[in-house]
Amino acid sequence: MNTIAEQVAPIAAASEVKVETPFRRFCTAFLDSKVATTALIVLGILIFMALFAPLISPTNPYDLAVVSILDSKMPPGTKSLDGVTFLLGTDGAGRDLVSAMIYGLRISLGVGVMSGIFAMAIGATVGLIAAYFGGRTENIIMRIVDIQLSFPAILVALILLAILGKGVDKITIALIIVQWAYYARTVRGSALVERNKEYIEAATCLAIGHRRILFRHLLPNCLPPLIVVGTIQTAHAISLEATLSFLGVGLPVSEPSLGLLISNGFDYMLSGKYWISFFPGIALLITIVSINLVGDQLRDVLNPRLDR
Amino acid sequence: MTVFIIRRLMQSVLVVFVMSFLVFGGVNLVGDPVEMMVSDEADQEERERVIRSMGLDKPWYVQYGLFVANAAQGDLGKSFVYGEQALGIIVQRMPATFELALAALLMAIVIGIPLGVYSGLNSESRFSKVIMAGSILGFSLPTFWVGLMFIMVFAVMLGWLPSTGRGETVELLGINVSFLTTNGLSHLILPAVNLALFKISLVIRLARAGTREIVHMDFIKFARAKGLSTQRVIMVHLMKNIMIPVVTVLGLEFGGLIAFSVVTETVFAWPGMGKLIIDSIQGLDRPVIVAYLMIIVLVFVVINLVVDVLYSILDPRVRIQDVKG
Repeated sequence: MNTIAEQVAPIAAASEVKVETPFRRFCTAFLDSKVATTALIVLGILIFMALFAPLISPTNPYDLAVVSILDSKMPPGTKSLDGVTFLLGTDGAGRDLVSAMIYGLRISLGVGVMSGIFAMAIGATVGLIAAYFGGRTENIIMRIVDIQLSFPAILVALILLAILGKGVDKITIALIIVQWAYYARTVRGSALVERNKEYIEAATCLAIGHRRILFRHLLPNCLPPLIVVGTIQTAHAISLEATLSFLGVGLPVSEPSLGLLISNGFDYMLSGKYWISFFPGIALLITIVSINLVGDQLRDVLNPRLDR
Repeated sequence: MTVFIIRRLMQSVLVVFVMSFLVFGGVNLVGDPVEMMVSDEADQEERERVIRSMGLDKPWYVQYGLFVANAAQGDLGKSFVYGEQALGIIVQRMPATFELALAALLMAIVIGIPLGVYSGLNSESRFSKVIMAGSILGFSLPTFWVGLMFIMVFAVMLGWLPSTGRGETVELLGINVSFLTTNGLSHLILPAVNLALFKISLVIRLARAGTREIVHMDFIKFARAKGLSTQRVIMVHLMKNIMIPVVTVLGLEFGGLIAFSVVTETVFAWPGMGKLIIDSIQGLDRPVIVAYLMIIVLVFVVINLVVDVLYSILDPRVRIQDVKG
């Protein structure tokens, strides 16, 4: 028995490669664009850097033993008294900017991704419920979504943070509240179409529970637009977090994201010390652009209307 | 049409009421204003006197009822910090913000539409690729960082334009405006461009998408076949049709401009409502926060209403669908 299974396995594996699975087709289509592929690679590197920040960054910006106020506001390329070269200079507190940026990226990406995931979970559930049950449930939910979306995200977030106060958890909560409505609207849109298809009717006839129909049958078929909105919204969330931190209502000084680093540099900008704000901004820009480019390509690839 | 407008009006009134409730409830959770008003040495009697004078001793629903009754008469309470009517303080700052937002809106239209139509008509040309790349950047760049870079380049390095404040203002119809003096105009340029950047990108995208879709339609072909000049086809037949999404989105985005002016005003120390709200949040100045929010809600509701009505004039299908539904 064993030997037969062993013999069959490689053949099965080999034939699997040739079959054009939807996933494989999706990958080929995605990698078709050089720009998007580059963006994906850059994004991969950024995520890697954020995950392994303590291993990669030249110094630990939180380690007070290493950080010296004597090194503060050094222009890029200067050497510290200990012989450490500050590639991109130091900030107002004497932290190496490269290290501060890598740690800042960690916080920025973390807040953006976490809030995105939670907002997606909440929004998708609410949107599915609205589309599936219809009637009054749908009316009430969509009215709330409409009203919330008629106010700009930054305003809602600003007020929420004024109430909640500063902190990583607080800003994540604010971003979730700001974002869920986008997901709800997207999911409802595609679920409305899917709901009337035969497989949902079949599932209903089989007397499968509502929950199972919603999450096992309806949700998987609504995923493509959800993924697209998810990437773009995450970029928005990162940008929004940076903005709020800049306004002084986002993160506390003890946990500097890229936005807070830029904000710190603002004070020194008028005296010509541009790098403290400039480089974290570039890092933020690269992050957001690469996410947006990946999102754009995802939209093109996953859009069934553009028959590829 | 009348039915449509009445329905929308009623919906707007409802939204204002719900929002007033949410705003009032939410802001009431912010900090303890008594702590700020009363010095540490004050005795209990003094504290109670302050609490009473601010009406904070009454139950919340009475406070809310009073708030609505007063708000209807234009009284949104006195600022804890300035000691003046909150509404008055905001109204005083309003022209600055509106001037900034309108300038940005104008830029979005004047710069965005021609670029968008051009890149829609010549989507393969190199210049339109540059335009599209630029619009991706415009979407991705965080407003506040661009503002900082503007200050760095144009104010610090080149020294061409001032970076803070409104500059000289002159009175126009009883309102102070900056754009009529050279000094004021020079102060307006950087913040307005900064605020407009995102909208320019948006208009480029909309105009381009609209152009690409409409260019292939029969009525454009027919207009060409009639022998109309390219200029007329583009300026009249094409423009009319791409304007529908552009008007809607820009109308809705005008509110966004006012909201985002919070960021631009903070960067450029522009003395508008946005800077006021940031200061008020940090100072826990409740009446000003509430008044600002209520005014913003009103502004948004009015904008949404106007856009809906405009939209239904431009595209009658919307109106019919709504009345049926």
